[in-house]
Amino acid sequence: MSKVHVTASVNEEAVEFLCEPQETLLDVLRGPLGKTGTKEGCGSGDCGACSVLLNGRLVCSCLVLAVESQGAEVTTIEGIATAEGLHPIQQKFLEHAALQCGICTPGFIVATKALLDRNPNPDEETIRYWLAGNLCRCTGYDKIIRAVQDAASELAYEA
Amino acid sequence: MGSYAYAAPESVAEAVALLGEHARQGSRVQLLAGGTDLLVQMRGLDKEPRTLVDVKKIADVNRLEIGATETFIGAAIPSAVLNEHEDLKALFPGLLEAADLIGSTQIQGRASVGGNLCNASPAGDSIPAMIACAAVCVIAGANGTRELPVEQFLTGVGSNALAADELLVGLKLPNPGASASSAYLRFIPRTEMDIAVAGCGVAMAFDSAGVCTSARVAIGAVAPTALLVPAAAEALIGTSVDAAALAAAGAACTQAASPISDKRGTADYRRKVVAVLCRRAAQIAKDRALS
Repeated sequence: MSKVHVTASVNEEAVEFLCEPQETLLDVLRGPLGKTGTKEGCGSGDCGACSVLLNGRLVCSCLVLAVESQGAEVTTIEGIATAEGLHPIQQKFLEHAALQCGICTPGFIVATKALLDRNPNPDEETIRYWLAGNLCRCTGYDKIIRAVQDAASELAYEA
Repeated sequence: MGSYAYAAPESVAEAVALLGEHARQGSRVQLLAGGTDLLVQMRGLDKEPRTLVDVKKIADVNRLEIGATETFIGAAIPSAVLNEHEDLKALFPGLLEAADLIGSTQIQGRASVGGNLCNASPAGDSIPAMIACAAVCVIAGANGTRELPVEQFLTGVGSNALAADELLVGLKLPNPGASASSAYLRFIPRTEMDIAVAGCGVAMAFDSAGVCTSARVAIGAVAPTALLVPAAAEALIGTSVDAAALAAAGAACTQAASPISDKRGTADYRRKVVAVLCRRAAQIAKDRALS
């Protein structure tokens, strides 16, 4: 059993780590890379708490092997805020009380970023279907949807 | 007990050689594309270590080519990538909307229709749609390349026709003509993120008088594998796909189904719903074809 050496980029910073072939990207993000913002909710790709962007594509990191991230650009919740401060998506989640326990929130914010990067003006149905892979036990989703809609207008205003 | 290993061959030949080597040694090997079925199984039902052969670096398996008369869809292309391709969506709306139903946005970022097919779940959504669109598997092995219609590729629950040293390179689909189109519908208990209770894919072509000249109907989640239903197609061909023809096609689907009862529905319910889906999917395919 020998470990694999992987080099990648996480939130635009070069990283390298050793991992077993069967370890997931989620395992190494939370483990050797110390990025515990990405959460494990189910480990089977159903809840979206582990959502990250892999080369700009929204994925569940629990369903990506760490070795598959070789040479890739990974964006986690830790990479959403900028030097200037919180991203408008994060700001709107706070303003709209779109979180309670917060365990689903990193996944929702990364998923929302992926949506608004592609579609700056989504209607409510589009938002709900896009976020269908992110589960929340606390909020009942409505405040999350309002936060996403408000973030979209905010980003449109800034553009 | 062995241990896990990972390989990422860069050609079909290299992949075939790896598969053959493991077959000869009797060591476990498994092909990896999107991983959205494999990783779940690896941590749940089937924890035995194995060598994972990642096909995502093989150009042929990731190639999308729309030709003059046929289209090639590489087996490892993620559903999300397919669904960003407007020309492909216009040619095969049934297949693309089926691929768009698999899992969530996150799942579609990785999951491929090739993997959906090879995993051979009885309820795999893209499968009835690809059967309806007359997709043919392009398979590579030690003896070269062979082709097999999708409906013959499925051999049982979770099993396919690949030999130990073979991989699915992609799917070949004949491009539909001018007045031809396809549709796929499924029924699930929730709105998203669920496994089909029943599914139906329909593809049809029409002449200038609005008469159906060819049809293919496939049903899913109502038998051990997705099934082509020739009797449903016969009920549509030569008709204007009116209410009577739709009813007959639906009834043929009910007849062909051999569902189980499980937590998502009873066998009787599935037999009934698959007929409803057939009628509705055929109507959508007809409206698309004639518009």
